[in-house]
Amino acid sequence: MQSELVQKYLREDRLPHIWCPGCGHGVIMHAVIRAIDNLKLDPEKVCIVSGIGCSSRASGYMNFNTLHTTHGRALAFATGVKMSQPDLHVIVLTGDGDTSAIGGNHLIHAARRNIDITTITFNNNIYGMTGGQYSPTTPYMDFGTTAPYGNIDNSFDLCDLAKGAGASYVGRATAYHAVQLAKIIESAISNKGFSFVEAVSSCPTYYGRKNKKGDAVNMMKTLKDMYVDIKIAEKKPELADGKIIFGELYNNPQDEYTDKYQKIIDMLKKEN
Amino acid sequence: MNKNIKLLQGNEACVEGALAAGMEFFAGYPITPSTEIAEISAQKLPAIGGHFIQMEDEIAGMAATLGGSLTGKKSMTATSGPGFSLKQENIGYGCIAEIPCVIVNVQRGGPSTGLPTSPAQSDIMQAKWGTHGDHPVIALYPNSVQEIFTTTVDAFNMAEKYRTPVILLLDEIIGHMREKIDLSIVDSLEIIDRKRPSCTPEEYKAYQADEDLIPPMADFGSGYRYHVTGLMHDETGFPSNNSKVAHQLMHRLMDKIDKNVEDIVKYEEYMLEDAEIAFVAFGATSRAAKEAIDNLRKKGIKIGLFRPITIWPSPQKQLLALSEKVNTIIVAEMNMGQYTYEVERIAAKNCNVEFYGRVDGQPINPDELMKFAEEVLL
Amino acid sequence: MSKKYEIRLTGSGGQGLILAGIILADASLMQGINAIQSQSYGPEARGGASKAEVIISTEEINYPKVQQCDLLLCLTQKSYNEYIATLKNDGILVVDDSIEMTEISSATIYRLPILQTANEELKKPMVANIISLGAITKILNLVKEEMVLKAVLNRVPPGTDLINTTAFNKGVSLIK
Repeated sequence: MQSELVQKYLREDRLPHIWCPGCGHGVIMHAVIRAIDNLKLDPEKVCIVSGIGCSSRASGYMNFNTLHTTHGRALAFATGVKMSQPDLHVIVLTGDGDTSAIGGNHLIHAARRNIDITTITFNNNIYGMTGGQYSPTTPYMDFGTTAPYGNIDNSFDLCDLAKGAGASYVGRATAYHAVQLAKIIESAISNKGFSFVEAVSSCPTYYGRKNKKGDAVNMMKTLKDMYVDIKIAEKKPELADGKIIFGELYNNPQDEYTDKYQKIIDMLKKEN
Repeated sequence: MNKNIKLLQGNEACVEGALAAGMEFFAGYPITPSTEIAEISAQKLPAIGGHFIQMEDEIAGMAATLGGSLTGKKSMTATSGPGFSLKQENIGYGCIAEIPCVIVNVQRGGPSTGLPTSPAQSDIMQAKWGTHGDHPVIALYPNSVQEIFTTTVDAFNMAEKYRTPVILLLDEIIGHMREKIDLSIVDSLEIIDRKRPSCTPEEYKAYQADEDLIPPMADFGSGYRYHVTGLMHDETGFPSNNSKVAHQLMHRLMDKIDKNVEDIVKYEEYMLEDAEIAFVAFGATSRAAKEAIDNLRKKGIKIGLFRPITIWPSPQKQLLALSEKVNTIIVAEMNMGQYTYEVERIAAKNCNVEFYGRVDGQPINPDELMKFAEEVLL
Repeated sequence: MSKKYEIRLTGSGGQGLILAGIILADASLMQGINAIQSQSYGPEARGGASKAEVIISTEEINYPKVQQCDLLLCLTQKSYNEYIATLKNDGILVVDDSIEMTEISSATIYRLPILQTANEELKKPMVANIISLGAITKILNLVKEEMVLKAVLNRVPPGTDLINTTAFNKGVSLIK
């Protein structure tokens, strides 16, 4: 079953991928192709756009129209693709630094427009490709190579940020909760509007070692223990104490941007 | 009056030229003195089924323009000095990923916020060296409303033909002035579209160049799935660290422009037949030079003008020939001598090269050019 | 015989002088005379000093900016003070009669009640530009009045034809 999906959607000649053993990114990429497969999207009409960083290498491995852009700008390129060719399913694969630091402006404005782009942020709480510097999602007082005495920055809750900026669908899951993650990505792609998914990954090589989080298996276990499904949390709030909620966090369909633009085109056509 | 004759603003003529060339997508950000180009595009594009979007910043404007072009739509953005600086990283992306598009820079006084409403020609070198790394550049610079129209068409044609971003330089004076334009040329324009693949999707290698050094380009969504990256890549389009691959790609990117210089270089010569002294000037300054030449000729001074319309690649052959003919070249530009470096590089071994410029937000006027030329002759 | 006029229209931002410049250039082209309109402006959209420039010529126009004016219009004291020095000695000065003239000049001077006509007689301050245009057209005697009026009506908002025609004719009649 799995290798069938790999054959169907991955560029096998581009493998093996560059990700470290124990990295959560491969699980997330697999969840993305499962979601695409479940939705039976025409691969010719899928455009994967990524920025720069470990996660953004995913676009090269996936057999669609793929665009590996500059650091932080995936959503800006994706907006151009979607705006000029609205029948494409545009999916942005990006990292925490790529989306919320250098690309933070593009994230909030793509969300504000509610343009039909699904953004999946592989959040490993660190800049991995450059060797372990703290990112906007590195927890307070955790360590990075540029936070040798502890990180004094407050961290972003990416889901709150996306929702506040106007995303019409927001979800979160982790590399450990791969089945739920694929379902959330499926719902996110199905939403006609701006969808944001925080896919919590793990980086044993840099974040893990720097913060004494144990090996890759331990870090996976931590994801299992730290995150609680929203459905469980709603029934038994005491189980969510001190933990992070995952699941579908917000689903509020709104008029979509390219649809609204099409109405202007149609109106002008009628006038002429 | 002939109904094809209109009074148009330079920036307006730029949009009309872009539409005539087939522009279907514009992404940009407002900045003086280029804003009219965005405003008019916003008004006109949806009426022809095209798309306009005002992005959140200049960087995004450039990125979205490249994204739009990848779907097969002829795309343009417009900006001025500060915005041109911000766009540079993604201009480099367009060069290495070979994405056709047009970037208009209506120049104003700089550096930094500088003189937002005043003219300058201060981005001549930035047009060539603005983005990091060696890369091919085509930069064009018209000097009248009529020529803004035709040069915008040329810019799109060259972008499509050579699969590369083309920079269209204007200045505040020619961008904002209104002048006569004869639009009857619209019917006789040659419009070039990018070469698309003729092979099957299975055979398609996105960066495999034909003999002309240009790889055919498939539209995203048209059945040819491929990868685009700003990393050094081989003919499949996938990243490669191989030094041989990097060498080949870099040389092909430069060669596809260098080997077509004859096609790309456009220029005007004015009163050069018997000239002993020549101005080199472009954009608004070239118009002051023409008026100065007319007046100096009346005094019996044998002076003419060489006006590059293609700024980059520079018209080396023509400038070299000019240097062999005249005693002195005066490069007049509204900056501190940017193109003078290029002219000196080519011409200084054969003739005297002088620079005349100003950077105070005022245009170079004919009187000061006459005075300077007369002083040089003393 | 070749004729070239460098014209500068000055006043404050929002007085519609750039539109007046565009209309004059439009009308010139309609009559087969070359024209270039340009402007210079500051950061303010309203109230700052504003100038519109038009060069009309029976020959090709190279340098697009006005250097020494053949005709200078000043609608405010501030613009008069700033630009009076740019008028040629034998040029034509058209000033609103509210302006106190400090310079002694050998120019031909038309001191006209432009703002008063707009504000009090027509009760439309925004037509001062069109009144000015009527006066200038009459003074220059190069571009035909009917061409300029046609160009006015092409450029003004729909529904304002009557007031603008009246304003233009008022301007013409200010010149005896």
